[in-house]
Amino acid sequence: METVLAIVVGCLYAAGIYMMLRRSLFKLILGLVLLSHGANLLIFTVGGLTRGRPPIAPPGATQPPTPSADPLPQSLILTAIVIGFAVLAFSLVLFHRGYQTFGSDDPDDLKVSE
Amino acid sequence: MMANVLLVLPLLIPLLTAATSFLAWRRTALHRALAVVGAAALLAAGIALLVYVWNHGTIATQAGAWPAPFGITLVADLFSALMVVLAGVVSLAVVIFSLGSMDRGREAYGYYPLVHGLLLGVCGAFLTGDLFNLYVWFEVMLMASFVLLALGGERAQLHGGIKYVTLNLVSSAVFLAAVGILYGLTGTLNMADLAERLNRIGPHSAVTAVGMLFLIAFGIKAAMFPLFFWLPASYHTPPGAASALFAGLLTKVGVYALIRVFTLLFVHEREFTHLLILVLSGLTMVTGVLGAVAQQEFRRVLSFHIISQIGYMTMGLGLAGLVDSPALAAVALAGSIFYIAHHIIVKTNLFLVSTVARRICGTFDLKLQGGLYQSQPLLAVLFLVPALSLAGIPPLSGFFAKLSLVQAGLNAEQYAIAATALAVGLLTLFSMTKIWAEAFWKPMPGTPTENAAASLLAPAQTRRLLIPIGALALLTVAIGLGAEFVFTLATGAAEQLLHRESYIQAVMGGTP
Repeated sequence: METVLAIVVGCLYAAGIYMMLRRSLFKLILGLVLLSHGANLLIFTVGGLTRGRPPIAPPGATQPPTPSADPLPQSLILTAIVIGFAVLAFSLVLFHRGYQTFGSDDPDDLKVSE
Repeated sequence: MMANVLLVLPLLIPLLTAATSFLAWRRTALHRALAVVGAAALLAAGIALLVYVWNHGTIATQAGAWPAPFGITLVADLFSALMVVLAGVVSLAVVIFSLGSMDRGREAYGYYPLVHGLLLGVCGAFLTGDLFNLYVWFEVMLMASFVLLALGGERAQLHGGIKYVTLNLVSSAVFLAAVGILYGLTGTLNMADLAERLNRIGPHSAVTAVGMLFLIAFGIKAAMFPLFFWLPASYHTPPGAASALFAGLLTKVGVYALIRVFTLLFVHEREFTHLLILVLSGLTMVTGVLGAVAQQEFRRVLSFHIISQIGYMTMGLGLAGLVDSPALAAVALAGSIFYIAHHIIVKTNLFLVSTVARRICGTFDLKLQGGLYQSQPLLAVLFLVPALSLAGIPPLSGFFAKLSLVQAGLNAEQYAIAATALAVGLLTLFSMTKIWAEAFWKPMPGTPTENAAASLLAPAQTRRLLIPIGALALLTVAIGLGAEFVFTLATGAAEQLLHRESYIQAVMGGTP
């Protein structure tokens, strides 16, 4: 399972970087999204995958059964997703303003002077 | 108890200031008053923290009383306390300067609460003891800086903002991936706990690879060679006060993070990691200063100089890893810390001076500026103090900062880097002379009536703007004259950084 996810993460990174290198602000944003998803999935994978064993102590026990899934990577990812969402919303607005102001989607057309 | 309060105050003050201002959204006058009070309180809290840490050694507190390494840890050693004080100094100067220079529109759209949002992120990054938490504070800081950079929506701002946002998001993604892999390798993210576990692992190629990811992530934030291109593309676009705040604080948070992780965590393959840092430092210095020579815009010249100065700050870190004796390593790191303290004050000041020059001449273009020495002799003196200090002329702060670094370079027998540092200092002086000759000495191009129309400032306003500039210039002179004291402080901070057991002990309690 780890191998499959590792390949998926690699593909996400590759696609993200490819998109960022295109000459388009819109694709740049898509690239950033893919890159952050790749990072999130990477945390999930390196944290170790345990199927169907939630880290919840059964009634009467003082600790969850071992092995159980590590909850920390999931909470890290949750935080990262929330932050990523806010940052993405901001950059969408910023890039849209840029598109309106410069009248072009091509990063090379961004000129400071008229 | 005292330690807990002192550690939380530098976070609480900017948070409360920003939150209160956001609640009273329409009352700009209140924003202005709160911003000054908040910045002054932050400075006071920083000084109190520094004094406490100086007397009691490294202190730590656990949020919600969850014992380390499970909870969120706040730690202050001398280095982080010193950084908080510097953040307080810069914020107070910039906020006072903003009162007289920021336009109504930006003030109404939340400029002051955003400044405090930025300070919250900066102080959080200095005080946290947890790597993931550091990521979160970085994002807080970045979010505020994104908005501050784009606030106003001028063409140039959007242009710089898009580059700035993109590269910083890439850096965050790399940082996040590095944090994730490190967690996978060690099973913890608390920095003290990590230091212990990495000690047990010893030299390991995967750990070093993660260290390199951190070097890339923080290298982008700190604007190291070859990752600095976002900085000169964006720092000259926002209003002067905002760019002074950026110039003073943002890249230094990246340098702080680099020094923290490469003195605490990744210290087991120093002959590779720290040599790489040293080489990059040299290249950063040289490319930055050469870039500055080619520029003709006041703030772009200064922006390139930030890059070249970052090289000096990381140079001490690189040297500290390459010498065997702890005493020599402490001297090198102390040089770095001294340099950061000197640089933050001087660079903020130069950006503030450039803003006043822009107000008087109507442009940032050095070719079109002129006559400032004649019309504003006081401003000219206040430019010379930080400019000469930046170039390293005695008895100003920059001289002692450079002296200690070059000495550390000679001690470590790294003659190439010592020579580079000296040569770059000379080129810096050349750049500062260029600004002096263009903006201050040569007569103003254009007719007097045109020039009077271009000037956006009444003399009374100019005097108000000169107060924070004068205060920072005095501070630069004071650091130069009191170099002994500051160096003692920096050496203390460096020794704490190198004595990792004290940090681990402070966080983990009785089980080091």
